[in-house]
Amino acid sequence: MRAMQQVHLKLNVNGEEEEVSFAPYKTLLEVLREDMNLTGTKHGCELGECGACAVLVDGQPLLACLELAVECEGRAIETIEGLANGSVLHPLQAAFADLGGAQCGYCTPGILMTAKALLEAEPNPSRERIREAISGNLCRCTGYQQIYESIEEAARRINEARVQA
Amino acid sequence: MMRLPWFGFHAPRTVAEAAKILAGEGPQAMLIAGGTDLVPNMKRRHQSPQTLVSLRRVDELKKITNGSGLKLGAGLSLTEVIHSDKVRAGYTGLYQAAAQVATVHLRNMGTLGGNLCLDTRCTYLNQNYEWRKAIDFCMKKDGDICWVATASKRCLAVSSTDTAPALISLGAKVKLVSSQGEREVLLADLYANDGIDYIVRRPDEILTEVSLPDTAGWKSTYWKLRRRGAFDFPVLGVAAAIKFAPDGTVEAARIALGAVSSRPLATKAGDSLIGKKLTDEAIAEAGGKAQNVAKPMDNTDLDIYWRKDVVSSFVGYALRELRGDDMRDTRMRISRQAL
Amino acid sequence: MNAPEKVKPRTRFDTVGKPRRRVDGRAKVTGLTRFADDLVLPRMVHCKLLRSPHPHAVIEAIDFSRAKDFPGVHLVLTGKDFPVSFGILPVTQDEYPLANERVRYVGDPVAAVVAKDEQTADAALGLIEVKYRILNTVSSAEEALANPEPRIHDYGEQGNIHRLQAFEFGDVDEALAKSDHVFEDLFFFEGNTHLPLEQHASVAAPDGEGKLTLWSSTQVPHYIHRALSRALRMPAQHIRVIACPNGGGFGGKCDLHNHEIVVSRASLILGRPVKICLTREEVFYMHRGRHPVLMKMRTGVTNEGKLTGMHLQTLLDGGGYGSYGVASTFYTGALQTVTYELPRYKFDACRTFTNKPACGPKRGHGTPQPRFGQEVQLDKIAEKLGLDPAEMRLNMVAKPDSLTANWLKIGSIGLEECIRQVVDHSDWKKKRAQLPPGRGLGLACGSYLCGAGLPIYWNKMPQSGVQILADRSGQVTVFCGATEIGQGSDDMLAAFVAEVLGIDAFDVRLVTGDTGLTPVDLGSYSSRVTVMMGHAAIQAAERMREMIVDAASMELEVSPERLVMAQGRVFLSEDPSKGMTFAEAVVYAETKYGTLGTVGSYAPPRAPGRFKGAGVGPSPAYSYTAVVVEAEVDQNTGWIHVPRIWVAHDIGRAVNPVLARGQVEGSIYMGLGEALMEEQVFRRLPPKMSHALVHKFPSLLEYKSLTSLDMPEVFTYLVEDPDPNCPFGAKEVGQGPLLPVMPAVANAVYDAVGVRIDEVPITPDKVLRALERKAKGETPRVGPDHFPKVPYPTPIYVTTPWEGGDGNETKPADRKQAVAS
Repeated sequence: MRAMQQVHLKLNVNGEEEEVSFAPYKTLLEVLREDMNLTGTKHGCELGECGACAVLVDGQPLLACLELAVECEGRAIETIEGLANGSVLHPLQAAFADLGGAQCGYCTPGILMTAKALLEAEPNPSRERIREAISGNLCRCTGYQQIYESIEEAARRINEARVQA
Repeated sequence: MMRLPWFGFHAPRTVAEAAKILAGEGPQAMLIAGGTDLVPNMKRRHQSPQTLVSLRRVDELKKITNGSGLKLGAGLSLTEVIHSDKVRAGYTGLYQAAAQVATVHLRNMGTLGGNLCLDTRCTYLNQNYEWRKAIDFCMKKDGDICWVATASKRCLAVSSTDTAPALISLGAKVKLVSSQGEREVLLADLYANDGIDYIVRRPDEILTEVSLPDTAGWKSTYWKLRRRGAFDFPVLGVAAAIKFAPDGTVEAARIALGAVSSRPLATKAGDSLIGKKLTDEAIAEAGGKAQNVAKPMDNTDLDIYWRKDVVSSFVGYALRELRGDDMRDTRMRISRQAL
Repeated sequence: MNAPEKVKPRTRFDTVGKPRRRVDGRAKVTGLTRFADDLVLPRMVHCKLLRSPHPHAVIEAIDFSRAKDFPGVHLVLTGKDFPVSFGILPVTQDEYPLANERVRYVGDPVAAVVAKDEQTADAALGLIEVKYRILNTVSSAEEALANPEPRIHDYGEQGNIHRLQAFEFGDVDEALAKSDHVFEDLFFFEGNTHLPLEQHASVAAPDGEGKLTLWSSTQVPHYIHRALSRALRMPAQHIRVIACPNGGGFGGKCDLHNHEIVVSRASLILGRPVKICLTREEVFYMHRGRHPVLMKMRTGVTNEGKLTGMHLQTLLDGGGYGSYGVASTFYTGALQTVTYELPRYKFDACRTFTNKPACGPKRGHGTPQPRFGQEVQLDKIAEKLGLDPAEMRLNMVAKPDSLTANWLKIGSIGLEECIRQVVDHSDWKKKRAQLPPGRGLGLACGSYLCGAGLPIYWNKMPQSGVQILADRSGQVTVFCGATEIGQGSDDMLAAFVAEVLGIDAFDVRLVTGDTGLTPVDLGSYSSRVTVMMGHAAIQAAERMREMIVDAASMELEVSPERLVMAQGRVFLSEDPSKGMTFAEAVVYAETKYGTLGTVGSYAPPRAPGRFKGAGVGPSPAYSYTAVVVEAEVDQNTGWIHVPRIWVAHDIGRAVNPVLARGQVEGSIYMGLGEALMEEQVFRRLPPKMSHALVHKFPSLLEYKSLTSLDMPEVFTYLVEDPDPNCPFGAKEVGQGPLLPVMPAVANAVYDAVGVRIDEVPITPDKVLRALERKAKGETPRVGPDHFPKVPYPTPIYVTTPWEGGDGNETKPADRKQAVAS
């Protein structure tokens, strides 16, 4: 093992700039969980094979386990901890809680972040589009159907709120 | 938690700068773009480069430019390739191949250049260090035998890129840039049939650009066989591109296969179609020829004999689609998504 | 003794039966649910395990001096630090936290390093030198029979046979001899694993008094508590086990695992918290999943399609350790009688040791394998007899409130209704055998227990306990050892208490899965939580209700029977305006009775079977499921596509229909994965060149779990026929719906292209091979072609209930006498 020089940089996570020091080989997943105590982002393989660690970077869902943290400076990172507006749940969160979208809850943060990106790009996705959008997130509990329904319900609620506003 | 080994890190802004760093660091340095191939491989200690040179900030690699055909920067994410109207309109096979790589997340990260340079894969290799130790390693990394076929002198790891067969069938060329200069090679010539030395790109070279010829009169398609609708690498890829005369006669045809060799396999199976119309018989003949040259090895998912047995059927799907048959139901059953 | 108190059956429900947000839903969608690996404690250090690279070897020496001196390393442990063996079943104490002298599979833990961080611990593992002496290996059950030496364990029946069992309920040979037809089939069910998305993690820490707390991804904190006490030789009262919410369990977190003991010991030595989180590869090595089972099934039927008798023989590949294997072995036969009327039944089972990770309980524990066999065989029988497979099954469904040949007591049965539902909705009558070539429908059924009748160690104490505290603030706190693994255990608990006390489920505070605080509940396995915890919760809540109603009735000057508790109030049934809030009523109750606390508990009724071995199979109730699968099969490639599945599940009553449906659909998901692609398989390298025997692909990429794109549309129907032995009539839903999926797929493939795949998984290469055989005029089938000779013992003979039996073993002498008379 070579000299352990820490990297020191600013990360923008959930709209907050934070200075972080970490070993340069760390992925975004490790820095979020271990150096920033944001343990809402999960891990199931650390090899890009399950989708549990999905977060948004500059609005796009990607896998924190394969993203080098040193590459993340200056980019907007969004994690599950930033999804609710204060104590008001994001419509996706509320729908997942109401409609069985989360069973054990372990794949849930990754799916919620992925679904958020989907609904921002496509406010009214078809069932087929939802299936495609979350096909990179393995869930062992639900059989996915209640996840689709939760996303559809969230889309409905978001659009309804938009019309009212 | 699987973790990366230590490495030095550079993030140049230009290709020239990147090339200079590579030249200076020597073969111990590796390029990283999306990281979706290299990072898992490094976590499993297949590669432990002293230095990583990131291409993420090299904007010139992210351009799409028109010419007589189309030039795609190697740093474009696969998602960007899929979303390009020009790709969708003129290069269907590439679109279909890129759209079936891995998953949504991995396509957002992984790049076109990265998928072309994808390391060869093998179920005796793509395992953690501890697992590989339990089989006393293999010749591709840390050992000296190929467990796929123990008499083999060469590594039989399999080419698993989706976009390469598609681009080969489309007649693509790639540009390789180093501090010494640049060269352009036919994509089909970029690869060698060796699981270790599968690519003729030198360690100091950067694959910067893919140029596609004009496709007036051509139609192309890509069919991917894998167990699931997402995540999985191909266990067979069939890319076909055909130039039709106005009456439907085949003027030129290229059929390339993925995942049945250590390199993307540019076959001659299309030659038999030239001058003919795509009748069922002509399709069956081409399918048979392609099946004959496919050499699946027992180092991927699914049964090897079966994987060879179905090559002809998959070539048939591709050619029937190009003929104009409605293949949407078949596509849905195989790919589990409309493409 | 702990029978539920007589309370008049409820006809009206406020909480039960209503689709609701689960009580822990908010935490799960905000990232606040704290799984074991999310815990961070001050001064915490990290543990990694060195695992054996050899499938079978003797450890001759371990030199860890360099690892010990590596900067940042706090502790190195080896087998010498753990002289006591352990095992989850009292009869199979055959594991060591770190191998003492023998390793039995690739991945068996050999040494542990505790260091300041995972990276350092990992680096130090590489400095440990272990000298192994290689032994020959056994890679399958058949090899285990053929190679008694070297023995993988020095206990068991003989050679590498771990366990033999044989039972006969009525004279089966006679029944078969008298049958119009006898069908004999061989089936094979490949092993597969749970694959919870959460990798197992544990944190152990000594508290201020030097006692131990273990937070862990476990489904069974009580069993862990007991086993840990023994393994550490530490009094149980000095150990507290807290089950963190599990990121999926499916049976894979039911054993005491090596790493749980190692971090516990390490934290006691170091006096500080120690954490471990397994890698995905290590999770595959912990396994304890579905046993590979070879089956031989001989079944007699009448011309009308009634079963006359069945002789089932099973051969299990158990892997390197006992785990729950003795129970799994029983379960490959015990529940075979519960679905259909079966007058006589004989069952021989054999579990072998092999040099692979230990098998154990996975969703359906032991029963999916013979269920696959029977349901496929019934399809063959129906075809031979010219019967509609659905009609034939409808004519043989077991009777409610009956005994089975092997002395299991069945309560309610909603199976006929389940069959009708899936038959109607799938348009079965118009479509089966009538779809165009390449498309087909297949039907299968199943049944499952609602909690194992007996705990894994012998005792007559309650299997679930619930304690409720209520105080003047109106707060209700419920304590129970039950464990949330995603299935909704916490939500069930809150729902039962809320229903009885007439309050909102969200107003119930829960403390669960903590052996330091909660009454014993045996944990989340055998589909027992809703029924057993539910009974205990209702009993505790009724007792609490009684005090509150009593105090309120005095205040309102009415008799208690006239009061209703609902919607957060206590009020007069005929005049809801006359009453008070729940909190006010609690104040009166606390004033009258002092501090308010009640308990409830539940032990299942004693089963009628009295013979040795009768303990496996009994349950307070059985759930039933019927499934129809639609399949499209390509004749040229064998490619299988499943577009739609219909499932009807007899749940008794759905406590929270949202969760119930989730359990059904999740079961369909997992069952379809097993049917089509999931397999825990191993690779042996050429023996002349290597002794390696490795898991073929211990990764999430190559162990194929269905993605959203691979999941068909599922139509779910809940059949609600409340079971009198169940809390508010609610039966299990977490496991039963999985069972019929695999055979329904096999039957659908047959309907589509006329080939039988008599093994699981059903893959396109097998279908194509069978199609090729069909084209050549050979038997259009792929499946096992022989059953090895197994030294099954003379069966324990038990006379059936309808032939004069009393539930005891009938000794050979008595049997002769009975025959003579």
